[in-house]
Amino acid sequence: MRRTALLLAALAVALALPLFLKNFTLFQLTLVMVYAVAILGLNLLTGFNGQFSLGHSAFYAIGAYTAAILMDKFDLPYPLTLPAAGAACLVVGFLFGLPALRLEGLYLALATFALAVATPQILKFSAFEDLTGGVQGITILKPDAPFGLPLSQDQWLYYFTLAVSIVMFWAASNLVSSRTGRALMAIRDNPLAARSMGVDTALYKSLAFGVSALYTGVAGALGAIVIQFVAPDSFTFFLAVSFFVGLVVGGVGWIPGALFGGLFILFVPNWAEHISKGLAWAVYGIILILLIYIMPSGAAGFVRAVTAKLQRRAS
Amino acid sequence: MELFLNQLLAGLATGGIYAAIALAIVMIYQAIDHLNFAQGEMAMFSTFIAWQLLQWGVPYWATFFLTIAVSFVGGIAIERIVFKPLKNAPVLSHIVVFIALFSVFNSLAGFIWDYSIKSFPSPFGGLHQVGMIAVTLLLLVGLYVFFQYTRIGLAMRAAAANPESARLVGVRVGWMVALGWGMAAAIGAVAGMMIAPVVFLEPNMMLSILLYGFAGAVVGGLTSPGGAVVGGFSVGILENLAGTYVPYVGSELKLTIALVLIVAVLVVKPSGLFGRRAVVRV
Amino acid sequence: MTTLLEAKNVAAFYGATKALHGVDLTLEEGSITTLLGANGAGKTTTLRALCGLIRTEGEIRFAGTRIDGRVTEDIVRLGIAHVPEGRGTFVRLTVEENLQLGAMTRRNRAEIAADIERVYEHFPRLKERRKQQAGTLSGGEQQMLAVGRALMLRPRLMLLDEPSFGLAPLVVQELFEILRTVNRESGVSLLLVEQNADLALEAADRAYLIETGRIVMAGSAAELRADEGVRRAYLGY
Repeated sequence: MRRTALLLAALAVALALPLFLKNFTLFQLTLVMVYAVAILGLNLLTGFNGQFSLGHSAFYAIGAYTAAILMDKFDLPYPLTLPAAGAACLVVGFLFGLPALRLEGLYLALATFALAVATPQILKFSAFEDLTGGVQGITILKPDAPFGLPLSQDQWLYYFTLAVSIVMFWAASNLVSSRTGRALMAIRDNPLAARSMGVDTALYKSLAFGVSALYTGVAGALGAIVIQFVAPDSFTFFLAVSFFVGLVVGGVGWIPGALFGGLFILFVPNWAEHISKGLAWAVYGIILILLIYIMPSGAAGFVRAVTAKLQRRAS
Repeated sequence: MELFLNQLLAGLATGGIYAAIALAIVMIYQAIDHLNFAQGEMAMFSTFIAWQLLQWGVPYWATFFLTIAVSFVGGIAIERIVFKPLKNAPVLSHIVVFIALFSVFNSLAGFIWDYSIKSFPSPFGGLHQVGMIAVTLLLLVGLYVFFQYTRIGLAMRAAAANPESARLVGVRVGWMVALGWGMAAAIGAVAGMMIAPVVFLEPNMMLSILLYGFAGAVVGGLTSPGGAVVGGFSVGILENLAGTYVPYVGSELKLTIALVLIVAVLVVKPSGLFGRRAVVRV
Repeated sequence: MTTLLEAKNVAAFYGATKALHGVDLTLEEGSITTLLGANGAGKTTTLRALCGLIRTEGEIRFAGTRIDGRVTEDIVRLGIAHVPEGRGTFVRLTVEENLQLGAMTRRNRAEIAADIERVYEHFPRLKERRKQQAGTLSGGEQQMLAVGRALMLRPRLMLLDEPSFGLAPLVVQELFEILRTVNRESGVSLLLVEQNADLALEAADRAYLIETGRIVMAGSAAELRADEGVRRAYLGY
């Protein structure tokens, strides 16, 4: 009950924001949602299935490039690139998940990290240059608002991304509370017990990889549309590390956490640069350490502690 | 054939670099049960300290040992100041702190010493590669003796393997972890000072080296210092041979090919070539 | 007889959850005391509280000095050896290294070597497997290793958490025989937590009964054995 009220209030605020904010701020908030969807994908894998990835920038890149190539070479309308990017990443993620089944913890981290490091190199690879545009990348056009709606391009993209994000978050929370979601969490908590209960752990783990990649791929496609540009060096391992930071800062295994993570990875680096240009990343690192001091389990733990306190006071 | 031998030797030389850093990685893994993503940046920072000392006119070997000492103390300080208060935080939060340290050291080095490339002297003159490999092997032997034959080495292994049991026999686990950090930082400093004459000194020098070092450590098996050294050398050789012999794509996708091979090794042998799987009875 | 360990009104916490609600215990020097109770009554928690593995309130004295609030590593140095639930084996280390670790607080190498030999006399099977990874030992052997490791401290008091758990009856008999010998010959006091009440009461001089974090009965082992309620609930006849 209270949850529904809270969600409706948040929705009302989100809908009203474009009326008050500058286009650039809207653009930033749109990117926050894009990152949130990407982090949500990572959360489904790490938070709910216990598999570790430092390579999600690869799936983000595949999503972005799928969208950009389909728009650039095949004139596909931009909304249709999202399912295409999602499908491509579902397949790639699932396939990557198969060998990854044999790896755990740090070994999986290294394998995924290798994927992240290799991605820009593959994107730059000369044999694919006709398709990918090589080092130059691909520039795409910013879409106008449809049906003659009186919205600026940034406002329209904000609403478009908001709608997609809502669908993605809604689907994720349904997935997590479904039978499949319980199987995923059972595997995370006790793989042996899950197997003995008849859960096909191999299938579910690969599937988790696929679905996680799908989410991050859709985010990549959205990101490409919003930024109007894709190039290999936007998808280095640094992006993968950022997603990971966003995941932990937001809270592992807590769906709304992705939103906090998105806010963090977009705004805090800017803010750090504002404090000191030369030492921006040192400031970022120190903010990050202090944050983990205050909230060792990210925003999730913090919110839980606050609600627990409020409930105790109420009763 | 001559090309092959040349590439093999070149691979051994770069492999020596990876082996040194892989050793530092395994070292800290033994002590804290984590991979430290900031390890490379710590080593880079130590090397800059050495460079600064040399600039001030301190003789090479004095600089060498002074840097090791400073790094050792610095490693302990990082553990005590940053990680001790976080000992109950979740594992993933620790990894985020490693990432934070990474950016702090990288940014700080760039701020203090700027991003221009600096040359770093070698104590071995023209035989630097040989000297570097010798130093790496010497370190390896030293570590083996330390862990296998000293009480404090045994205590460190116990503290890493089973902290609560270790406390129950009186091992001061917190200090063992700090000591592990100190030693890893010191080994990293040695690695950095050996690597810098080859790749030159600049804040981003360790990025790809660290990745290969990880790969070497993981391929060799994270529980085995000897394995890490062998793993480091094999990764170096592999990288060079792939660049030369895999037709067409080789030079451009050298890194990718090396990584794919490493992942392939892991899929076949998930605990690395020399890693021990603990045998446990339930 | 002198008092070796005394706990007064000890409470213990897991995070914010209170798991012990005022436990009082007195152990005599050189005695065998047993702490009985059902699963989840607080037996393991009591042992963990005594050696500082969890946060406590109340007063704990060992040989006259306050030990509550001190860290485990210091409590161990006073001569309290804890054989934990699950045996606490260092599975990747060898049997001999496990024993070496037990003597971590001691300095004299010759004495340590002699004590290792003594442990091997008690448990010849450990000697056969001295170079083997401890994780490869059977459950019974690991329990012996845990007791051996505790003896390497030269403790004044040993806390034993369900040493009979998961062991074959013959192995249990052998183990308890050795524990009694250690108690008699070296004067080591024992605090024994057991599910197997019959076994524990037979070995013990004194017994406590714990229920939901509170001591509900204390007396000589014979008194508890004779008690109707104890017999029905814990001895099963």
